[in-house]
Amino acid sequence: MKNILVALMMLVSPVLLAQDLFMVRSQLPFPEAMSALQQSIGKSGYKVSRVQRVDIGLTKSGYKTDKYRVVFFGDADELRAVSDRHPELIPYLPLKISIFAENDETLLLASSFKHLRPFYPGPDLQLQFDRWESTIRDILERVRVAE
Amino acid sequence: MHIKDVRITCHAEWITMNLRAVLMVIVTLLLSGVSVAGPNGGAMLYRQNCAVCHGDNGGGGVGIPLNLPDFLAVASDDYLRKTLRIGRPGRIMPAFANLGDTEIDAIIGHIRSWSPQAAPVYNSDPLPGNPERGKTLYARHCTGCHGDEGRGGIGTGVTFSRPREAPVEAPALDNPGFQESVSDAMLKASLLRGREGTPMPSIKVFGLKEKDADDLVAYLRTLNRDVLPEDNSGLEPVILYESAYSLKQTLENLKQAVIGRNFRIIREQYLDQGLAPEGKEDTRRIILYFCNFAFLNDALAIDPRVGLFLPCRITLVKTEHGVQVMSINPKNLSRLFNNSDLDRYCQQMHDMYAEIMEDATL
Ligand code: HEC
Ligand code: HEC
Repeated sequence: MKNILVALMMLVSPVLLAQDLFMVRSQLPFPEAMSALQQSIGKSGYKVSRVQRVDIGLTKSGYKTDKYRVVFFGDADELRAVSDRHPELIPYLPLKISIFAENDETLLLASSFKHLRPFYPGPDLQLQFDRWESTIRDILERVRVAE
Repeated sequence: MHIKDVRITCHAEWITMNLRAVLMVIVTLLLSGVSVAGPNGGAMLYRQNCAVCHGDNGGGGVGIPLNLPDFLAVASDDYLRKTLRIGRPGRIMPAFANLGDTEIDAIIGHIRSWSPQAAPVYNSDPLPGNPERGKTLYARHCTGCHGDEGRGGIGTGVTFSRPREAPVEAPALDNPGFQESVSDAMLKASLLRGREGTPMPSIKVFGLKEKDADDLVAYLRTLNRDVLPEDNSGLEPVILYESAYSLKQTLENLKQAVIGRNFRIIREQYLDQGLAPEGKEDTRRIILYFCNFAFLNDALAIDPRVGLFLPCRITLVKTEHGVQVMSINPKNLSRLFNNSDLDRYCQQMHDMYAEIMEDATL
């Protein structure tokens, strides 16, 4: 029963689970995809804390685009509670999604928590990982279908 | 998934919950029009699983093009099916264990719709070539693009926006996923035909004949490198050092160590800056971002996706017991990205993080 459910849900979920990564392609050009992403994060109840450029100097090094950002987001109370209880997770927080231009389309990418799960078997964190993963997939899916 | 973690306290409740979940899934399925058998099922599955790398129309992106007539003319359904099942371990192209046979066939049907040509069918017999002779031919004509012993070009697909050596990076011919999927006959057909629209020439342009193709195939068959990234699943997710200094002093030390290694400091901020109200941030948790452009460009050229973990970052945390300095463990990244070309880079990044933190806490 549960297996069927999981299989069905994987079929429905359009956000690619490539290994341990969540990746989607948006047909929107970079600026529009970026604003769709920020809106989508807002819809999930989280707040964007910072948009970090990764691309400083890229065009100087022969790249045709300098449109590459990492968008950090979170919730102050959740962030504090988790890092009080599990300081080891701090290097992975706040949550983030990277976004970069590919010609006139845009790719978005986030990491799952699969590689962290074996280290934190406690049910509270596993549940937290579940929640984050499903939120991130929802955020990405809204951007994928945004027009 | 959530379902696994739900504690079952009451039987009746569990049944209702599951029923509701099943109903929801079915309704979603109906609404989203998933019909795997139908002609659009394949298009949709392709969009969901492949378009992110191969482009909506198979034109390529992070992955190589799939819509080229010369590719579709030589690729058998068997090759495509196995490629989707096994992927290319350690080469970005994932294995799709989550897709059933019907779904895979639907995706293949969609890929076939890009070409009027019928799918070729090969027998699986080995060809009678001379691998020694093939090796010489390979070294003369192929190494320049496919690398020594078929390792493949460095970088990914056709993402033109990034600097790369070729418009399409040559795939790894020694990859166990490729070797397992391709038949001798398909290899030979690929060599004789070449692939218009990519740098891959027909071997005829080198004056080579059928017999030479057999020898090349025999040589390619001897290449079967185990390119799976080493199993890093047991690696600690963070690198952690304890500092005997105050938070402020440790931060100063850290900056010195970063600059001393030719990195530029990009930014220093509280962990919850931008989330907590201004002035109410948690001052015990500080992030330091820094970067070195050569390093960053190098990494992005290998795999544009690693930017997710850039620029470099070290976090300082003040606890009751003292100050901790920590970072992610970059050695986990090559597995995360299924890209063993990242191994060397991740090792370098790991050592650099460890040295900087050691310097700052000594
Ligand atoms: C995360 C990116 C990614 C995703 C997702 C992906 N691929 Fe790939 N694919 C690649 C890369 C990169 C290669 C080139 C392999 C190499 O370099 O060795 C490739 C190679 C292939 C090949 C071999 C092509 C040839 O010329 O022999 C086929 C076929 C293929 N992919 C089909 C698919 C299909 C169908 C899907 C969806 C079910 C898919 N791929 C999803 C990245 C991806
Ligand atoms: C100028 C660069 C170049 C040279 C020279 C070259 N190749 Fe290629 N080769 C490529 C590229 C690029 C591709 C991928 C084409 C694509 O996107 O489908 C390729 C594809 C292939 C494939 C199909 C692999 C797959 O995953 O579908 C085989 C087999 C192959 N080459 C073998 C050879 C052999 C053997 C030689 C020497 C006789 C050779 N190539 C010479 C660039 C080259």
